[in-house]
Amino acid sequence: MTVREIFETMEYGPAPESAEAALAWLDAHGRRFAPAGAEVFETRNPATGDLLAEVAQGSAADVDAAVAAARAAFPAWAAMPGHRRARILYAMARLLQKHARTLAVLETLDTGKPIRESRDADLPLAARHFYYHAGMAQLMAEELPDRQAIGVCGQIIPWNFPLLMLAWKVAPALAMGNTVVLKPAEWTPLTALYFAQIAAEAGLPEGVLTILTGDGTTGAALAAHPGVDKVAFTGSTEVGRAIRRATAGQGKALTLELGGKSAFILAEDADLDSAIEGLVESIWFNGGQVCCAGSRLIVQEGIAGEVHDRLRARMATLRVGDPLDKSIDLGSLADPAHHARVAAMIAGTAGEVFAPPCVLPEGGAHMAPVLISGLEPADPLMQQEIFGPVLVSTTYRTPAEAVAIANATRYGLAASVWSESLGAALDMAAGLEAGVIWVNGANMFDAAAGFGGLRESGFGREGGWEGLRAYTRPKQEAPALAAGAPVAKPQAARAPDLDRTAKFRIGGKQARPDGGQSRAVWATDGRLLGHAGIGSRKDIRNAVEAARAARPGWEKAGGALRAQVLYFLAENLSARAGEFAAGLVAQTGAPAAEAAAEVEAALERLFTWAAWADKQDGAVKPVPGKVVAAMLHRPAGVIGMALPEAPVLLGLVSVLAPALATGNACVVLAAESAPLIAAEFGQVLDTSDVPGGVVNMISGDPAVLMPEMARHADLEAVWCFCGQDLSGPVEEGAAGNLKRSWCPRGMDWSRANAAEFLAAATETRTLWLPYGA
Amino acid sequence: MTSHAKPSGTAIPSSAAHARNPGMTLDLDRVAGASANSAAIARRAAQIPARRSLKGAHQAAWLARAVTLIDLTTLSGDDTPGRVRRLCAKARQPVRADLLAALDLPAITTGAVCVYHEMIAPAVEALAGTGIPVAAVSTGFPAGLSPFDLRLKEIEASVAAGAAEIDIVISRRHVLTGNWQALYDETRAMRAACGPAHMKAILATGELGTLRNVARASWVAMMAGADFIKTSTGKEGVNATLPVSLVMVRAIRAYRDLTGFKVGYKPAGGISKAKDALSYMALMKDELGDDWLRPDLFRFGASSLLGDIERQLEHHVTGAYSASWRHAMG
Repeated sequence: MTVREIFETMEYGPAPESAEAALAWLDAHGRRFAPAGAEVFETRNPATGDLLAEVAQGSAADVDAAVAAARAAFPAWAAMPGHRRARILYAMARLLQKHARTLAVLETLDTGKPIRESRDADLPLAARHFYYHAGMAQLMAEELPDRQAIGVCGQIIPWNFPLLMLAWKVAPALAMGNTVVLKPAEWTPLTALYFAQIAAEAGLPEGVLTILTGDGTTGAALAAHPGVDKVAFTGSTEVGRAIRRATAGQGKALTLELGGKSAFILAEDADLDSAIEGLVESIWFNGGQVCCAGSRLIVQEGIAGEVHDRLRARMATLRVGDPLDKSIDLGSLADPAHHARVAAMIAGTAGEVFAPPCVLPEGGAHMAPVLISGLEPADPLMQQEIFGPVLVSTTYRTPAEAVAIANATRYGLAASVWSESLGAALDMAAGLEAGVIWVNGANMFDAAAGFGGLRESGFGREGGWEGLRAYTRPKQEAPALAAGAPVAKPQAARAPDLDRTAKFRIGGKQARPDGGQSRAVWATDGRLLGHAGIGSRKDIRNAVEAARAARPGWEKAGGALRAQVLYFLAENLSARAGEFAAGLVAQTGAPAAEAAAEVEAALERLFTWAAWADKQDGAVKPVPGKVVAAMLHRPAGVIGMALPEAPVLLGLVSVLAPALATGNACVVLAAESAPLIAAEFGQVLDTSDVPGGVVNMISGDPAVLMPEMARHADLEAVWCFCGQDLSGPVEEGAAGNLKRSWCPRGMDWSRANAAEFLAAATETRTLWLPYGA
Repeated sequence: MTSHAKPSGTAIPSSAAHARNPGMTLDLDRVAGASANSAAIARRAAQIPARRSLKGAHQAAWLARAVTLIDLTTLSGDDTPGRVRRLCAKARQPVRADLLAALDLPAITTGAVCVYHEMIAPAVEALAGTGIPVAAVSTGFPAGLSPFDLRLKEIEASVAAGAAEIDIVISRRHVLTGNWQALYDETRAMRAACGPAHMKAILATGELGTLRNVARASWVAMMAGADFIKTSTGKEGVNATLPVSLVMVRAIRAYRDLTGFKVGYKPAGGISKAKDALSYMALMKDELGDDWLRPDLFRFGASSLLGDIERQLEHHVTGAYSASWRHAMG
């Protein structure tokens, strides 16, 4: 078109970014990243179908070699002064910036995402993570004196943000002194390969970071490799679940950042034009191929029609086209196979489908933006993650209903709330089950602010101080957990003076075991102390139901009130100190003085947790811009726990009290060796204003009951302190709803281990509150 | 009384003529209900320059169009008839003829010339026969605090002197005290005083404190019959910005959806780079449509913008970066 014609039509024209430098880099490598003779796969530009390069398919032997190299490099890297590591991470950040344009183009070629996004979002954020974590390497020795590197990390990242996810995973791992084997996604390995060059240029020692390309089998081999100490995965819930199962019982640390179906709540008093732009950012950023995409519009019924009309008008001005064009809003989906999957998902929906008329480039995996309105929460597309440029929409009547609809999902990654009433917006935000919540905003990220999900969106956080927990472990090796077993029936049994039956405690009431079976509890001196119920999965079911009902009220009670209850609990335990000491003597055979000391220690531990109940501060993160990014601690939810076998009472208090202090409801499995102690403690709970249902106690065989708890879909976490190694079946079971599981090998009961328990008993949530007049 | 120049003297293909906004009864519910979330608007505004890029022939064509949208302005205490004649000469021939020829573009002019009342006469004279309208700032510009009856008389005098467009200033105090009725009544009276001349209502957004006030003032000005709403006098601490523009064009869109009438938009002050002009034009195209890329619905209030556009156009023609002295002074 001539200038004169354009002067009249005022059309936009092509504004392509040059691919020259990125292609030259590929050419310089002969478009092949593999040793001679290696099996390779192709990586293609999804916008054109053009072959970009051939890349090595990592074999089991390659995984072995990479892990061995990481293992060999680990001691020196971990021992290197933090400042030296900081210099290298700083150099990586600088180099990312210096290579920003080539990397952005390479990312766009490989993923099909708009160059504007790789240039303005992926690259700056990736560099920011390296800067931020250079600082963490610098501060580690002083600020985290009790933590050390975990070891060799196997990291598996997805195809939607290849370089950014690399940065999120590699930067904190290296900062804390870990070594890394990173497997980029099969469709998008190129920027990771480029980054390997950057790492070398930055002076990263050999073996500290290996980029291992390959498909899912390579990733599976890496995750399951016995030489890997920690696995970090970002990707689909399905694969995350498989990794949880595959690593069960291997003693590996694991963090999972998985799928989502994040809610976008739009209230009638919102700035609708801004909210429409918020939706554009939410669901059409990277073509909706974003784990935290605001893909579920939940709009107030009275404005739904107007919102859909405005949204359709806005969609008509979105430009779909060549990803390298600086004037387009949507590029190509990441792969033709993914395009087919998205198209198949939305075909035949019951909703009203709108896609603006637009001419899509040929030969690529392009897709126009789609709005599907008129859906109900029961429609499959309101529940399934589509992972494409498809917004689904339903309506609500009241804020409480909006929150209920938002929370009616298996996922819990992110949410967005739009209202000009700060009070109403915060009230909804407080009720949302999601790890990241944006108020009048969407898709805001920063290295200083934790990111990660709840429920089947995974566990663990990336970013901030909280993200470092995933890449460190305590320096001090804790003493192994003690095993325990019921005291065997003595040769010469003595009947009790009066029959005693320790019942279960469910929902604040005494309950008989559902199976109607009990076992005798013997004292070490041969006395029959009474009977303890033999629990079954139905008792767990009942206990979880009671805990679920009690959980909201216990959280709402607040830290100050929970502190009072825990102090009162200590007071009432103190009043029965002699009785508990005698019980310990009878059931554990401990000397009287030792038993008395344990009761004292338990009292002190209760005071510690009463103290903590109102002192686990949140934080306001120093993120750029006019926004308050608040990290809040929320209770993990309903926690199922097997109590320690020894020390019985101190162990019970040490495990239960932190859960209570932080607002959780609990399903507690008593120690096998001394179930009556827990039963007695239940009576103390009854007299101490602990609301019914907050603590539910059962007894039985942990090897039977803990896997049941792990499988229960309505528990958010499961802790196993029973001294048997049940990590295999527990972690396997926990894969079902991807609950957090904690099966430590050891614990030093002489200390409260507050940091460990606070982290396990709470979830951090990041609440983003942008502001402006 | 001199005749009124029609506000379309350029070579732009004329848009489907739109009816003048007659205004409407003050709807206080709608004014009160106007919202503007500043943080979200700032985020969106920051993306506008990044989301659209114009290269090569497209950039040249858009910049040429931008020239036709400029209200070439001088509003200085030392303005003289000679200074105004020089400005008008530039308005008539804003871009070197050889550059236009190289681009195969027709002769173009700026959208208007904007002056103080006392400079209307020399401007009208200098622009006679060109079709370029003279716009006059009025109503006690820039503060708008002179006696109300004198402000109306000033409009009438400027219209009588030949101004085809009157840039009035609103009473900021009515916005800051929430006295929407007073703001409406004043502005409505000014619109009546304008008669056939088009009224651009300057909101002085840099003095309104919040974007929500900008939204509400935009609504009241349009309800009172403004033909254009305009950001700034150029004399406030903060002049046109993209966030403020987003709020105002959204109000224009909502007013059009409500009444069917199209109101024009004029960002003024602080737009001095060709690249900035393109961002504003992309904003208009995406938010309001192509009608708002024509001088009857969109103007830049700018004095130094033209110089940068000329340099960019020459760069497009020659491939070499240009210099300001290669282009005639305005």
